[in-house]
Amino acid sequence: MPTVLDSLNTALRQALTQDERVLILGEDLLDPYGGAFKVTRGLSDAFPGRVLTTPISEAGFTGLAIGMALRGLRPVVEIMFGDFLTLAADQIINHAAKFRWMYNGNKPETERVSLPLVIRTPMGGRRGYGPTHSQTLEKHFLGTPGLVVLAPCALGDPGQLLLDAILFTNDPLLFVENKLLYLAQVQDITQSDDFEFRIHNDRTDAEPGFAAPTYLCRVRGAPPPTLTLTAYGYMAELAQQAQRRLAYEHEVFVELVVPTGLSPCKMHPLLASLERTGRLLAVEEGTRNLGWGAEILARSAEALGARLKRARRLAAHDLPIPASGPLEAHVLPSVENIIQCCLEMTQSD
Amino acid sequence: MLPQKNLWAMKTMQQIEAELYRAMFRIRRFEETVLDNFPKGVFFGTTHTYLGQEANAVGVLHHMNQDEVVFSNHRCHGHFLAYGGDARALFAELMGKASGVCGGRGGSQHLHWRNFYSNGVQGGIVPIAVGAALAEKRKGARAATVAFLGDGTLGEGVVYEALNLAALWQAPILFVVENNHIAQTTPVELALAGGISARFAAFDIPARELDTSDVMEILPAAGALLEQVRTQSAPRALILHTWRFGPHSKGDDTRPAETIARLRQSRDPLTLHAARLSPAEKEAIEAQVEDEIQRAYQQAFADPYSSIADL
Ligand SMILES: Cc1ncc(C[n+]2csc(CCOP(=O)(O)OP(=O)(O)O)c2C)c(N)n1
Ligand SMILES: [Mg+2]
Repeated sequence: MPTVLDSLNTALRQALTQDERVLILGEDLLDPYGGAFKVTRGLSDAFPGRVLTTPISEAGFTGLAIGMALRGLRPVVEIMFGDFLTLAADQIINHAAKFRWMYNGNKPETERVSLPLVIRTPMGGRRGYGPTHSQTLEKHFLGTPGLVVLAPCALGDPGQLLLDAILFTNDPLLFVENKLLYLAQVQDITQSDDFEFRIHNDRTDAEPGFAAPTYLCRVRGAPPPTLTLTAYGYMAELAQQAQRRLAYEHEVFVELVVPTGLSPCKMHPLLASLERTGRLLAVEEGTRNLGWGAEILARSAEALGARLKRARRLAAHDLPIPASGPLEAHVLPSVENIIQCCLEMTQSD
Repeated sequence: MLPQKNLWAMKTMQQIEAELYRAMFRIRRFEETVLDNFPKGVFFGTTHTYLGQEANAVGVLHHMNQDEVVFSNHRCHGHFLAYGGDARALFAELMGKASGVCGGRGGSQHLHWRNFYSNGVQGGIVPIAVGAALAEKRKGARAATVAFLGDGTLGEGVVYEALNLAALWQAPILFVVENNHIAQTTPVELALAGGISARFAAFDIPARELDTSDVMEILPAAGALLEQVRTQSAPRALILHTWRFGPHSKGDDTRPAETIARLRQSRDPLTLHAARLSPAEKEAIEAQVEDEIQRAYQQAFADPYSSIADL
């Protein structure tokens, strides 16, 4: 199987091939370098004039892309490190996310604006890059009306998710790529010896105009799960490792729910799983306070009431990310942490 | 509604002068009507009137073709009306009515109609305007984009990112800086180091600077620059030194009354231009515009509020 990086690179190539309105903007994208994480490698050579390397002006080129999207192109922006999204936050929140709703109030279909813009960015730590190059900052963008936030994972087809986003979105969309996912192998969910997968593509929650799948994963042949574990991005990889060890080493069976649509929040598959297990552990790489997991727990509690017996969050400590390996490993949630948490939650009642 | 392409070729000078007066008077009466009626509680939020600056929008936007694009800011009523926008829809937008430009969602500062866009965050729309200009260029259109910005907005960093990118990628855009010498209450001397034209020079963007309130000076200067933008597909800047006659929004003018009175004496674009019209012509235009504005106001007033069901 290809790596997630290959899959995303292929998707960008397909997008450029299939729709001439697509172009890519970002820092240091030109070949032979092909971007800081190489997601755009080979593209500037293959599509001259359509991969634009920019000055170090995150707000500026994000703004440019918004203008291009308003006027009929389908730009893709790469922010070199997710940490630098903050420099473009005003463009994203006060401009891109507002325009469709604000401008289209009473307009007939033909006079409406649309804003097909994908902003891709690598997020996350575990590489020793330190406090300003390791963060998981998407929590600050979740819940922004008018902005879609997606996070690919190694399951299924991460490239297809990106391709659909570029070709079909009419809203600005943030596409959060965890750095450690890049070198992970894409997992073919149709033929796994160890896991059984189900995929939810339904439109039970608000949708960005195309399906952002949620994956449900169980250890193959395991008894019914007693806890639901939910995580996205690279954290889903670690959650899957924990899930396997819980089954083989502890005979604790959990169901893993991996959304790719973070905002708007797709709850249906998770709630269905919770109806089966009554226990929820939400795991995220972002900081714990007021984050994604908090929203997931709140919504689950609202929907299930007393049927939700136990709920916990596992997240990064509320600290900046240290550069030193052992310190960074302590601050971010690990496989061991997940296992420990699941054991506590399943044993104590 | 939008002006014809070959303005000069198709009309006599007299017709053009009359048209310009009508466009400026329309803005003047719209804005005065807004300020007069604000205390009655008919409008939501706040407003930033274009009183005193009418010649800028009219002189620049008279050159725009149907397919061309305008980006504006918080002080957008004058730009919107000069672009060809409907006075009733604008009153209605300020009143939060369903018939408003954006159905009452945007209010005074957030407008979109055809190829006209405004937003209320200083400077934020400038890179977006550059992107729009580049999109038009990519489509192969020979369309110009215009972006208006104030002197105070020159303090925003993103403006310089936008200028750099506009020059680097040769965006067909005209930046129109309206230096009304004040930003809210802050005089330009307290906010701006260095010169305005030097800012454009730093990016090799040719700039023309005018210190006038005479629409007949602004009109040809803007026309020439826009023609360069179209034919050379490159950025240009027009720096207009101008004066705000009214408060920043409403009742918040910190300048001495004598200063404003003096400005109204010497720098009123309407008085300056009226001298070119016969008294009869001027009167006729004013009566027509007065009627149009009052009817627009009354219609908007009678229109229903936007429905919560449409949110
Ligand atoms: C980013 C941002 N900061 C502050 C404001 C509040 N504000 C609205 S208009 C204005 C003054 C703008 O001055 P200038 O650019 O000179 O335009 P003018 O009002 O004179 O037309 C300020 C500070 C804002 N709208 N956006
Ligand atoms: Mg000003």
